[in-house]
Amino acid sequence: MNPSFLLAVTLLLPLLGAVFMALTGGRPNVREAVTLVTAGLLAAAVYALLQDVLAGGQPTATLVEVAPGLPLVLQVEPLGMLFACVASGLWIINSLYSIGYMRGNGEQNQTRFYICFAIAISSSMGIAFAGNMFTLFIFYETLTLSTYPLVAHKGTDEAKRGARVYLGLLMGTSIGFQMVAIIWTWIAAGTLDFTVGGILRDKIDPTLLPILLALYMFGIGKAALMPFHRWLPSAMVAPTPVSALLHAVAVVKAGVFTVLKVIVYIFGIDLLADTGASQWLIGVAAFTMLAASLVAMTKDNLKARLAYSTISQLSYIVLGAALATSFGILGGALHIATHALGKITLFMCAGAIYVATHKTEISQMDGLGRKMPFTYAAFLVGSLSIIGLPPLAGVWSKWYLAMGAVETGMWIVVAVYMISSLLNVAYLIPVVARGFFRPSPDLVPQSVGAAAAPAKDGVQEAPLLCVLPPCLTAAGCVVLFFYADEVIALLRPIVQ
Amino acid sequence: MTGATLSGIVPHLPALQVVVPLLAAPVCFLLRRGVICWGFATLVSWAAFATSLVLLQVVLADGTIRYEMGGWAAPWGIEYVIDATNAIVLVIVSGIGSAVMPYARRSVMAEIPANQHGLYYTAYLLCLAGLLGVTITGDAFNVFVFLEITSLSSYILVSAGAGMDRRALTAAYNYLVLGTVGATFFVIGVGLLYMVTGTLNIIDLSERVPALQHNRTVHVAFAFIVVGMGLKLALFPLHTWLPNAYTYAPSTGTAFLAATSTKVSVYVLLRFLFVVFAPSYGFMALTLDYVLLPLALIGMVAATVAAIYQYNIKRLLAYSSVAQIGYMVLGIAYGSVEGLTAAILHLFNHALMKGALFLALGCIMLRVGDVTMRGVQGLGRQMPWTMAAFVTGGLSLIGVPLTVGFISKWYLITAALDDGRWPIAAVILASSLLAIIYVWKIVEAAYLKEPPEGRVVREAPLSMLVPTWVLVLANIGFGINAEFTVGVARTAAMGLLGGAP
Repeated sequence: MNPSFLLAVTLLLPLLGAVFMALTGGRPNVREAVTLVTAGLLAAAVYALLQDVLAGGQPTATLVEVAPGLPLVLQVEPLGMLFACVASGLWIINSLYSIGYMRGNGEQNQTRFYICFAIAISSSMGIAFAGNMFTLFIFYETLTLSTYPLVAHKGTDEAKRGARVYLGLLMGTSIGFQMVAIIWTWIAAGTLDFTVGGILRDKIDPTLLPILLALYMFGIGKAALMPFHRWLPSAMVAPTPVSALLHAVAVVKAGVFTVLKVIVYIFGIDLLADTGASQWLIGVAAFTMLAASLVAMTKDNLKARLAYSTISQLSYIVLGAALATSFGILGGALHIATHALGKITLFMCAGAIYVATHKTEISQMDGLGRKMPFTYAAFLVGSLSIIGLPPLAGVWSKWYLAMGAVETGMWIVVAVYMISSLLNVAYLIPVVARGFFRPSPDLVPQSVGAAAAPAKDGVQEAPLLCVLPPCLTAAGCVVLFFYADEVIALLRPIVQ
Repeated sequence: MTGATLSGIVPHLPALQVVVPLLAAPVCFLLRRGVICWGFATLVSWAAFATSLVLLQVVLADGTIRYEMGGWAAPWGIEYVIDATNAIVLVIVSGIGSAVMPYARRSVMAEIPANQHGLYYTAYLLCLAGLLGVTITGDAFNVFVFLEITSLSSYILVSAGAGMDRRALTAAYNYLVLGTVGATFFVIGVGLLYMVTGTLNIIDLSERVPALQHNRTVHVAFAFIVVGMGLKLALFPLHTWLPNAYTYAPSTGTAFLAATSTKVSVYVLLRFLFVVFAPSYGFMALTLDYVLLPLALIGMVAATVAAIYQYNIKRLLAYSSVAQIGYMVLGIAYGSVEGLTAAILHLFNHALMKGALFLALGCIMLRVGDVTMRGVQGLGRQMPWTMAAFVTGGLSLIGVPLTVGFISKWYLITAALDDGRWPIAAVILASSLLAIIYVWKIVEAAYLKEPPEGRVVREAPLSMLVPTWVLVLANIGFGINAEFTVGVARTAAMGLLGGAP
């Protein structure tokens, strides 16, 4: 199939799916089948594009010229290919999980949920394949808007408040800072095309570069750099499949992906290395990384803890990009994939626990591991991958990121990465440890008649569709450990 | 009709553009019956729209059209002059009229007493003729004449809302007083210009006035005209007539006036500022920087903040209009090609946004009878198409990508940054961020709140939904592909600043 056509298909397919979901909304089984088929077809289309890219192709499609000099262009390059693979691949697994979770919980407005989800995926594809900063910005905004109904899904006051913060911060930063940065770039460079080596060299006074970079970095609110990180914990009011795919994978990864795109293709890492314009960013990212980890330790709500963990992990990638070395960029890009696999596992486990027991606080989960062994095993694997232990994928991205820090001779950055890993241990492992080793409160007989309580040591897992997906992604963490080289090979061209 | 007759008509289209709706008005009055008047007014609007499209095409292809009314040569007779700037305004005015009219039948039946329908459509046709006349004419005094036709008929359009809410009468009266002051100021300014130049033809004026840059009388004329038009276009703080007028007018009246009448006044201001006075330095040039610019900025923020606190959504949108007019005046105050391009672009885009939004509100008025925050509660489910239209219009108002609002914001900010005016860019952004708040208040009420107990409403009828969605789709269409509008706006801006288009 013609690659340019295929490229447009990746955007249109989820939208088409959304239309069919709307039409079949009355029959949940058909609707869910549509979701799965769409997800499968999308992954197939992305896979076909991947083959083309591996063969050295750069499929391009110009959709429309919005205004003179500002076309909507799609172009596949390795970084976007990786992001698209991650998002489309995990959409299949997450759709299975959504079915289990939404039905298990008896949630309302499920059709709206699936439709918005599909639109969000379409926007993510647009971000992944954007050929210039203008196109990326447009899909960045549509992603924000299409995920708003998902965050506000429950319609409670808490959900409304969370959704307001979500929309306010993401729209506020993107319109307030990012759009200014883009227009500034456009005026200075006369183009917004993503170009290997950047477009800003000699176009802008080097003393102003850090300011432009700041407008971009804080303007990309989805990367959750402090102090604009509050939207992510707020978004946790959403149903867990949303937190899993969107707020551990698609939305946040769209943020750091945009960061990488801006640094690699707008500024160019050589320009940043030469001018030191990104030095300040190293500090901010390191601070976010450590501070968010510390906050995560204080959170008793499991999803909130995972959210702060995500904020911390996103800054790994921003920090890698700020180092402006090839290892840093490669490590950051790889971390998009490895962290996505690990974090989606953790979120799906959190959701499975909620479906099975309606527990949200870690302190309530003592002894739960013995009742839900598969869920907790998957959680353990995901945690270890995020901490960065072999043989799990997370080790490779940390390895490359640390190498990037060594390359610049900034040992303190290496130290920050290591300390943060220790903090990961400190906030993730206790969850598992409590689950397996603490006595379950159910074991303490509440009254004499408690003998009639359900079998205490029996396995009481969540529905199969809630448990299987995290196990799959946990297995993915192991598989990716052995295939990380292939990913690096795909990414290599962006730093050459 | 043969090709020969058609090509015989084309040279006279400038006259027909105004004469057809003007003569249609008394005919409409004689027709009396509401539905017949409606059909007639709709056909006349469509004819005017077709005329304006042909004129725009001719102007873009062959350049400026000059048409001598009745064959009297220019300085003695009245001349119609059409270039890119007013050709696009003609398209806006007649286009919005063509969208509002098919919609009007059901809405007018619901909102206005049956015995007034014929009068209402007559007033509408007069208003249309007046707006088109103000836009097309090349004669300064003729501008005043048509301005008065427009004003008088729009007072009627506003006061027609009295059937639903008696406050429409005071709103119309207030509009009448302030509108008359504005028109009077304008005609005093034109009179002073005539005194020193001896001509009323705009092209002649543009040749004689610049030589009188330091003439005290010209300065006074300038001040009268700017203040007079400032009142007419509702420049902050001369906007006080607008919120009530828009709130209490019938839905169709509001939609038509909001999308067209202030735009035409902005056009007159553009024409006088840059063609007649063409200030390059001194008193008049400073006015741009020290009067219009700060007022535009204050208006943008103050009116947006006022909008946030409104309970009645019509009034909320009215305040939003005042803010949006600030954007246009801001572009004008830059005085650069980029700035004027942005202003003209926003003039076009804002007409589409507000047209769509007020039409969607009219649908809500018809079915719910209440356009307050309480009225829209739970409508996301009960009137999905209407609310989807409203939300899309709201997104456009915020300036979300893929809508016309985004294109406007993009060019306004580009124009600001081009001159290195960073603080202004910051104000534009702040104002659009504030717009998120008032749009989202409505979105939350419609989608996240339950409808009031026991209220059952149906979706609006197709005859109203279709025109609404035509404008909504135009919001998206011109937002995705803005090459045409940007091109026209740039040609117009260069024409106004005297560069070769």
